Amino acid sequence: MAEAAVEQEDKKGKSEEPVPKLILTSSPHQLSPDSIERIMWTVVLSLAPASLAGLYFFGLSALYVLIVSVCSTMAAEAIYQKLSGVKSTVTDGSAAVTGLLIGLTLPPGSPWWVSVIGGFFAIIICKQLYGGLGFNPFNPALMSRVFLLIAFPLQMTTWPMPSPLFSGIDASTGATPLGKLQVARLTGKGIGKAAELNIWDAFIGNLGGSIGEVSAIALLIGAAYLIYKQYITWHIPVSMIGTVMIFSGIFWMIDPSKYVNPVFHLFTGSLIIGAFFMATDMVTCPVTLKGQLLFGFGCGLITVIIRMWGGYPEGVSFAIVLMNIVSPLIDRYLRPVRYGAIKAGSR
Amino acid sequence: MWTIAGEGIHPIDRKSETSSIPISEIKPPSKVVIPLSQHIGAPCESLVKIGDLVKKYQKVGEAKGFVSSPVHSPVSGKVVAIGRFPHPSGNQSNSIVIESDGKDELIDSLKENSNYLNADPKDLKGIILGAGIVGMGGATFPTHVKLSPPQEKKITAVILNGAECEPFLTSDDRLMVEKSMEVIEGMKILMHIMGVRDGYIGIENDKPGAIKAINQSATGTNIKVISLEKKYPQGAEKQLIKSVTGKEVPSGGLPMDVGIVVQNVGTAAAVYNAVRYGVPLVERIVTVTGNGINRRGNFRIPVGTLLEHVIAECGGLAGEPGKILFGGPMMGIAQYSMLVPILKGTSGILIIPKGDVVLEDFRACIRCGRCVQACPIRLLPNMYSILGEAGKPKDAEEYHVLDCIECGCCTYVCPSRRPIVQQIRYIKAEMRKAKSKVA
Repeated sequence: MAEAAVEQEDKKGKSEEPVPKLILTSSPHQLSPDSIERIMWTVVLSLAPASLAGLYFFGLSALYVLIVSVCSTMAAEAIYQKLSGVKSTVTDGSAAVTGLLIGLTLPPGSPWWVSVIGGFFAIIICKQLYGGLGFNPFNPALMSRVFLLIAFPLQMTTWPMPSPLFSGIDASTGATPLGKLQVARLTGKGIGKAAELNIWDAFIGNLGGSIGEVSAIALLIGAAYLIYKQYITWHIPVSMIGTVMIFSGIFWMIDPSKYVNPVFHLFTGSLIIGAFFMATDMVTCPVTLKGQLLFGFGCGLITVIIRMWGGYPEGVSFAIVLMNIVSPLIDRYLRPVRYGAIKAGSR
Repeated sequence: MWTIAGEGIHPIDRKSETSSIPISEIKPPSKVVIPLSQHIGAPCESLVKIGDLVKKYQKVGEAKGFVSSPVHSPVSGKVVAIGRFPHPSGNQSNSIVIESDGKDELIDSLKENSNYLNADPKDLKGIILGAGIVGMGGATFPTHVKLSPPQEKKITAVILNGAECEPFLTSDDRLMVEKSMEVIEGMKILMHIMGVRDGYIGIENDKPGAIKAINQSATGTNIKVISLEKKYPQGAEKQLIKSVTGKEVPSGGLPMDVGIVVQNVGTAAAVYNAVRYGVPLVERIVTVTGNGINRRGNFRIPVGTLLEHVIAECGGLAGEPGKILFGGPMMGIAQYSMLVPILKGTSGILIIPKGDVVLEDFRACIRCGRCVQACPIRLLPNMYSILGEAGKPKDAEEYHVLDCIECGCCTYVCPSRRPIVQQIRYIKAEMRKAKSKVA
């Protein structure tokens, strides 16, 4: 499909000027400025507010985790591509996005080797072995998180409480709101105090949890930028969060002593980062808007089921990875109705 | 708002570089090369031999078959060659070469008619056929054929296409601004031929001057000017019908299946000139633009004028050219020779300097779905791209690849820079090959 430069033949041989070589390619001859590089680095930029919020609430321990995570994925990509002799794509930003997402979903202060193992697992096992960017069926950052959660449960669930920069508070550890909820739920005493949540703290991020998950406002700022740039659409986030809110709302109305309110679900755990930054991963979500709505619905439903009745306090990662499996099927069977395929008429 | 909802794109268009430059003439060429195939359908047959003297407007090629259209000489002079010459489609084509004597001697029999709206539609169609009028938006389908739907197809409206959604091009815009009367009178003739009461002119709202001028000329008629919200490819026939009437042409069907005939505004003006003054289609308005040319503008250029003459008349090339396109950047065809002639369907010449041409290797599809959201036919271009690359054209059939209009939206938005339209053309060509083997 390469271009061909064809030297123009001068039939009469009387032209004295040099005959220009013209480039021949198929139309269109003008392309959008949105390349993979631009999209991926914009996603990195859109995660900056959440990263900064994490640094503010958890201090240097968060910074180390983020740096090691990003360096790990980029190093893994560079090393793998060097060894396999293919052109390096480490600068296209996709490895950086994966690394940043892994870092943001780790507990602040988690050991450096968790980031390194997670980064190499994500890039090599979950991306490059499938053929690189575009061929991976699962979101590498999420697969890596699920893997770490199962392999290193202790390190993955040791949550320092926020100790904002310059506040002078010593770091302590405690359970996340969802963790407390799970304990209360499984001990069968009713949720009681575990359902209490200071909405304002949850909104700005002043609660226990992963580095980048705690601040809803920071995540929403980044997400708004991505939607404005049209790099993601509203379909998956709205359908996923909407599903969680509606289902949890129904159960909460039926029995508020057993189920927490929907706002609790929204602001705790990784629902917001998952819905806007992970479920929307272009490689692993459906390509059609209708498919994306269905995909978001599935993600939301599985999240609620795991959170309410499952063995893990948080279900977002599992939900999205499970729906990644279904993505190709959704694309296969839920196609757009093409122009002229429906009977003419209307309006 | 009138527009194609959801689908389509907003490419950088740079129309403002030429949209306010009035139409001007260029120095007449000393030689014209008139291809016998300037339309969709059977090539026409030469009526002249080498050495013949011809007059301006004389018919030099006769239509062969129903879907065909004659060609005429835009100059008076002598036929110096008949043979295969470079053609803007990328092939060579049988052409008549006429050397101008510079006198522009007219043929004797120019039939004027000022009472055209009382004429028999059949006679008017005959004039249109005789004048060699074809769709001037670029598709070059013979106009008289489009105006002759089978009896059972009831036509209820004529739509004139003044959308001109292709980036860079402003020839239709200038025509509507400067010759709105010709467009409207041509439209009246088209409506009279089709026997319809309703006429629409769809114009994108980035052309306020054209909308104003056409509105003025259309006052007191049944012709409604529809201001369309700008979107590419709204000027594609099926998209325009959807925008203006809300109807969708059935897949595989034609506009007449929903009772519509669509003609380009340039075609309407040509119809008027043919019917009113007996003048055949021998010249058209061409936008010459791009960073690679010294003088941009909108020019009235005789059909058959060679590209090198046009470039010389526009102050020559600015630096080394990279691509020279006939048409705009979305659907234009890259030229391989400076010796190709302007055709009836050549709405623009876009010259891109070498430094501006970016040639990148394409990468794997990252399944972002941008092509799916951009496709105005709501197809799955990603699948064509993947199947085309894998060399499995047969598997693309179930994805309705033949509905693709090759507008280029998918390729434009692809962040992996995949040549999706080219892959689609490959699939279509393979399907044609397979079909002809069976037959």
